[in-house]
Amino acid sequence: MLLGVDTLSVSIGGAMPLEGIRFDIRKGEIVGIVGESGSGKSLTALAITGLLPLIGGRVSAGSISFEGTDLTKLSPRERRAYNGRRIGFITQNPMTALDPLQRIGEQVDVVSRLHLGLPPHAARARTVELFRQMRIAAPEAIAEAYPHQLSGGMKQRVVIAMALAGEPDLIVADEPTTALDVTVQAQIIHLLAEEVRNRHIALMMITHDMSIVAQLCDRVAVLYAGRVAEVSDVRALFAHPAHPYTRALIDCIPRPDMARGALTGIPGAVPAVADYPSGCRFHPRCPRATDLCRTQVPALVTDGRDSHACHHSLRDTHG
Amino acid sequence: MADPLITLDGVTRRFDMPRRFGQPALSMLAVDGVSVRIARGEVVGVVGESGCGKSTLARLVLRLIEPSAGTVTFDGTDLTDLSADKMRLARRRMSMVFQDPYSSLDPRYTLEDVLSEPFRAQGLKVPPGRIDELLTAVGLSNRLAHAYPHQLSGGQRQRVGIARALALSPEFMVLDEPTASLDVSIQAQIIDLLLRLAGERSLTYLFISHDLGLVSYFCDRILVMYFGRIVEVLPGPKAVPRHPYTRALMDSSFVPDPAARRTLVPITGEPPSVHTPPPGCAFAARCIRASDSCRTTRPPLAETPDGAAVACHHPIA
Ligand SMILES: Nc1ncnc2c1ncn2[C@@H]1O[C@H](COP(=O)(O)OP(=O)(O)OP(=O)(O)O)[C@@H](O)[C@H]1O
Ligand SMILES: Nc1ncnc2c1ncn2[C@@H]1O[C@H](COP(=O)(O)OP(=O)(O)OP(=O)(O)O)[C@@H](O)[C@H]1O
Ligand SMILES: [Mg+2]
Ligand SMILES: [Mg+2]
Repeated sequence: MLLGVDTLSVSIGGAMPLEGIRFDIRKGEIVGIVGESGSGKSLTALAITGLLPLIGGRVSAGSISFEGTDLTKLSPRERRAYNGRRIGFITQNPMTALDPLQRIGEQVDVVSRLHLGLPPHAARARTVELFRQMRIAAPEAIAEAYPHQLSGGMKQRVVIAMALAGEPDLIVADEPTTALDVTVQAQIIHLLAEEVRNRHIALMMITHDMSIVAQLCDRVAVLYAGRVAEVSDVRALFAHPAHPYTRALIDCIPRPDMARGALTGIPGAVPAVADYPSGCRFHPRCPRATDLCRTQVPALVTDGRDSHACHHSLRDTHG
Repeated sequence: MADPLITLDGVTRRFDMPRRFGQPALSMLAVDGVSVRIARGEVVGVVGESGCGKSTLARLVLRLIEPSAGTVTFDGTDLTDLSADKMRLARRRMSMVFQDPYSSLDPRYTLEDVLSEPFRAQGLKVPPGRIDELLTAVGLSNRLAHAYPHQLSGGQRQRVGIARALALSPEFMVLDEPTASLDVSIQAQIIDLLLRLAGERSLTYLFISHDLGLVSYFCDRILVMYFGRIVEVLPGPKAVPRHPYTRALMDSSFVPDPAARRTLVPITGEPPSVHTPPPGCAFAARCIRASDSCRTTRPPLAETPDGAAVACHHPIA
């Protein structure tokens, strides 16, 4: 196991926006983290990359083990040795990840100089090679350009090259293609998947797009209102989801073969942290909710690497 | 089409580019010779990549900006030579829902103010009970009439945008990516609402999106735009595309089914520079089927009797 997140809770001020998160990632795996806006995907990423202090948050319970080391127990200095080198991070808004005043090549060079100890020449050669792998035409010239001279899709590829430069074992990508055209999105997802397979590393892919999950991921963790709804193998998840929330998310994807009117969405919206409901947090929006759901928090039931938290699991009726 | 509600004929819009010192003035064609007819009650989709001219086309149809050439006819009246007064009257019959529910609502106005605005702009009184009616129509509680936009979620704001567009009971609405910034769960709610409204009020929609899957679900007919031009018209949501660009768009769309995984063959490259538009087909440089004629001669949009049309020298059979 490369990464094990166990009963992780995150506090910000007096609130606990994330509670009891549990899933793991093995080498070579692509794990999707899905859920609507506000379900806790980015906070999970910030906890794993040790960046919670930047937003005034902290891990208040649980552990994050990376190859057996509990990252939450490390000093800030020890923690920093992991970022960039062992764990590469592609943030939700990659357009802000590049310094507008510095040439692109220099910004990528610095990662392999810092983390791999390469001399300047070798670092640049590596940057150009990474750009080439990212299918950036004229990589030497692009390295000399400034961010504003590049299109959104090109910048995105540079940011991914940067995340790969330190040869990380785990890439955490927070919605890396949301702002891009489908054609560019397809190119970038393709490149990321290739990189994971070729180097046998792991990818934690945060997205709210279930089609990306279907095409890319091996496993999926579904979050809702700061808790795990379900963790499962991707095929099982689409064929027989256990949690009604997972079912509802899948049914939100428009398909050409769908009858008009079949696409209705999930009533209501994800609650804010201050309004998290009692019992199962999904109960106000759930078609299967009973009194039990309104009062009792469903336990996260584990079966091997899979788990789900629902009093009326859809799998129970499947037998 | 016997009696179209909207007819675009050779609609073109040129923008002047900021002039650089010592260089000649440059301009670019954002929309280039678009001709389309839209029937009453039809839901027509427009898809294409960012920058291909979708929003510009939307603004031209409502005459929010002036065309550089071509005409827009609405219910038999040429909008492009209406006086300001007559145009204001024509505006009662058409409206627009904007892409971004965050910037399209003024933070200083309550929902009641926002929904009264279209009446005020027309010099009309708000009919009694109309605000409640509009809020109810889009599934919002009338208790929200005195709320401000910052108190609403993205999905709720987009409902307000739709309520505002419905205020004057228009016949025709342009929807410019109305769900692009929303969660799929909220997107589905909004699409469901728009479909119901279309049925109840026999509305005609021009629906802009970059999501081919969504457009196929929502629309009767689909226009595919590339580099300012219509390159293909799909007469129905299940019509098989013949333009290599439309195929590439489809191949780039993920299928929401892990059992139907396929090796993605993403198209490479990007659209040509607006400064140096190629003489032939704008897609030629990215197209695997391109021949010499594609690079030199622009293919016309050739219609077939079933209502399909494709602008390609080598369409897929
Ligand atoms: N800095 C913060 N202070 C207080 N609450 C926060 C902060 N950041 C996030 N939250 C809250 O924590 C919850 C989870 O937020 P998070 O950003 O992880 O959601 P997300 O799943 O990434 O959503 P999105 O899809 O919109 O990016 C939300 O209710 C959010 O309002
Ligand atoms: N007011 C303007 N002045 C100059 N150029 C403009 C103006 N409005 C649009 N353009 C240019 O016209 C082209 C088409 O823009 P438009 O906004 O119509 O694209 P779009 O298809 O709606 O893209 P998106 O999917 O990103 O919304 C772009 O190259 C854009 O930069
Ligand atoms: Mg996020
Ligand atoms: Mg637009």
